[in-house]
Amino acid sequence: MPGNPLPDAEQLLKALIEQMRPAVGPETGLIGIHTGGAWVAERLHQALKPKIPCGFLDVSYYRDDYAARGLKRDVKRSEIPFEVEGRDLILVDDVLYTGRTIRAALNELFDYGRPASVKLATLVDRGGRELPVAAQFLGARVEADPARSVDLERGADGRLSFVLSARES
Amino acid sequence: MWLNPANPQLDKKGQLHHLLTLEGLPAEILWQILDTAKAFVGSKVKKVPLLRGKSVFNVFFEPSTRTRTTFEIAAKRLSADVINLNVSVSSQSKGESLLDTVDNLSAMHADMFVVRHGESGAPHFIARHVAPDIHVINAGDGRHSHPTQGLLDMYTIRHYKKDFSNLRVAIVGDVLHSRVARSQIHALTTLGCPEIRVIGPKTLLPAHVEQLGVQVHYDMRQGLKDVDVVSMLRLQNERMQGALLPSAQEFYKYYGLTDEKLALAKPDAIVLHPGPMNRGVEIDSSVADGKHSVILPQVTFGIAIRMAVMSIMAGNKP
Repeated sequence: MPGNPLPDAEQLLKALIEQMRPAVGPETGLIGIHTGGAWVAERLHQALKPKIPCGFLDVSYYRDDYAARGLKRDVKRSEIPFEVEGRDLILVDDVLYTGRTIRAALNELFDYGRPASVKLATLVDRGGRELPVAAQFLGARVEADPARSVDLERGADGRLSFVLSARES
Repeated sequence: MWLNPANPQLDKKGQLHHLLTLEGLPAEILWQILDTAKAFVGSKVKKVPLLRGKSVFNVFFEPSTRTRTTFEIAAKRLSADVINLNVSVSSQSKGESLLDTVDNLSAMHADMFVVRHGESGAPHFIARHVAPDIHVINAGDGRHSHPTQGLLDMYTIRHYKKDFSNLRVAIVGDVLHSRVARSQIHALTTLGCPEIRVIGPKTLLPAHVEQLGVQVHYDMRQGLKDVDVVSMLRLQNERMQGALLPSAQEFYKYYGLTDEKLALAKPDAIVLHPGPMNRGVEIDSSVADGKHSVILPQVTFGIAIRMAVMSIMAGNKP
């Protein structure tokens, strides 16, 4: 694939905000998955201004590849500063790939309560699904070499951008 | 041998495989454990599925309530299956050797052993003989080491004081018999604490303790002056053989922590105690229950520390 095949994250974010606007009310819970998804969720929260604060999940303790990959170095605390029970929620992540992160997030979420509904918003979908997971709100589809990892980065000025890197072993 | 020969707690990649002592454990691993524990403290979700399907055996050759219970709670909050064995009252009294006991437990498909033993070095001995996929955590061995207690003390100090680089810490009482004191001294040194004092009567301080890089004080009033942290040790009656002390009352008079002696420390000093306390021997009730005391938070943090140690170790593959 010639050049950088990855789209501009800031443009995708704009598109995502417009897609989500009709679906986000004052009581909608936005929950970002650490780390990239948390950045996206913060930005969505700023733009869509639901009344309740933004929630964050670190799914490290729920991952199914823990036995093979171990615990990552800087696990964050999951913080959901609102009642999950009976609420419409939107999970936010940066890259949708195998679907396993979303599975882990759903498992963790249901330990907090029984939401009325859960939708998924991601900046990009790179295919390669191993589980029946789909995003209701999506920035763009991308194709990337399976040997590479698509990662979101946040610059010092807060701007988001995508980078391709070698997959962690 | 797949373990790191220079430090048999670590695998060849330098990752934590067993936790036997804080002596020689790299600062990076100490910080990793403290940081990981932070994510467990105050978490709304009590139970996570990290160790689902794993079996943690609490093997206690010496009685303990608090340590065993907090290990059990920690393992259960990680969804492990926990089996508690009080070996002191079963196999050993029938004459089974330590290795036979361990081999038998390994044959029951243990993934992790949490071991307390009255002899220094017993967990180390076990760690050298188990299969490579089994992890061993020392829950206190003789006078040698009690690493998770040392870690939870570091967590507590960091929680209240934020940083180790400007701290003055006093460790008071029966240092001679205390594995807690040794673990604290090693951890504080590794984490960069500039001034560690040990305070106690000569008969209860190990010979040449200053070689660990600590200041020695026989006068408690002098030793407590301007300290940020006072770590009281339990007077280990059950380990006290021979005439090291005239009486518990005399010990209280000179080395018991009272409000009056504590007033010599900094106004915002915190008081730690690993428990169980002998009120009126090493610590006065009004201090134990007073505003400087962080003794009960220590217990709570102890669960998070043990969860952190288990989740890091179980995720490290040799």
